[in-house]
Amino acid sequence: MTRDKQDSAAIRAGLAVGLAAAAYGVSYGALAVAAGLDIWQTCVMSLLMFTGGSQFALIGVIATGGVAAGPAAIASAAILGIRNGIYGVRVSPIIGAGFWKRIAAAWTTIDETTAVSTNQPTLRSQRIGFWTTAAATFVGWNITSLIGALSGDALGDPRQWGLDAAAAAAFVGLLWPRLRQLQTVAVAAAAAVIAIALTPLLLPGLPVLVAGSAAILVGAFNWFANSEPPLVPLDREGI
Amino acid sequence: MTLWLIVIIASLACLALKLAGFLVPPSVLDRPTPSRIANLLTVALLAALVAVQTLGSGVGIQFDARVPALVVAVALFAVRVPFVLVVIAAAATAALIRLSGWG
Repeated sequence: MTRDKQDSAAIRAGLAVGLAAAAYGVSYGALAVAAGLDIWQTCVMSLLMFTGGSQFALIGVIATGGVAAGPAAIASAAILGIRNGIYGVRVSPIIGAGFWKRIAAAWTTIDETTAVSTNQPTLRSQRIGFWTTAAATFVGWNITSLIGALSGDALGDPRQWGLDAAAAAAFVGLLWPRLRQLQTVAVAAAAAVIAIALTPLLLPGLPVLVAGSAAILVGAFNWFANSEPPLVPLDREGI
Repeated sequence: MTLWLIVIIASLACLALKLAGFLVPPSVLDRPTPSRIANLLTVALLAALVAVQTLGSGVGIQFDARVPALVVAVALFAVRVPFVLVVIAAAATAALIRLSGWG
């Protein structure tokens, strides 16, 4: 591929992924309001946290446990945010030097930007891919979060519109691309069983956290291992 | 703890984790176990959230319109229907079932 072709391929991938992410910002916004957040809180999360899995997790725990489940909600969001730190280690050399540039890059280091940038063939196209995805996703996600929050606010009773079921479906969508290896399927099954078994016994929010122990145990001993999974298992965007 | 405090602390924690990734040397990834556990933690929490969102009801378990909605969602993701359409379909399934008087 020539350099121009590589550049435009990276830009196309970034815009496509950004657009897809922006589309599900609407569901985040609507579900956040249904969970009890106000429009400002919904938008601050998209601006500051800016990582879909953690945002969905926080509103999911708040939806079931309310403000009393705050510590569990924070912990769930943070645990789902750990992977962004791992992505950062990989992406950091691609970004290069420059204090503010690195701050902006770290802020936007998520599934989407990591997947697009690490999929490009040259350093130049990796950088183009990263920043295109970062810009498209950041702008799109924040606009659609606001749109979702405004429409969720107008809907009223979330159960009547099936928004509680939509939240479950959203988590399936985030989980689905990761279920490619026996190991991840085993952990997912174990975690789901643990969380449900503990739901009648623990305060809301805690069963989800305890279910994380399945990952630590299986990961530490590398049970059910076959192939190493890809760094960012994103496939729904077709990259 | 107010909702605002929860939102701010969780947001700053997630941001700090992102920044931390840019501060540690790349050799951290040489050992496979920490990144494997991080990857599996993501899977475990998402799966647990699916389960609790589908069956949980405060501190109890409840089978209602969310269950068929989840079945619809899984079927649609399996045939690669886009995220937003699946979420809408799941919501519509639950809403219609409730409109019919069950769940």
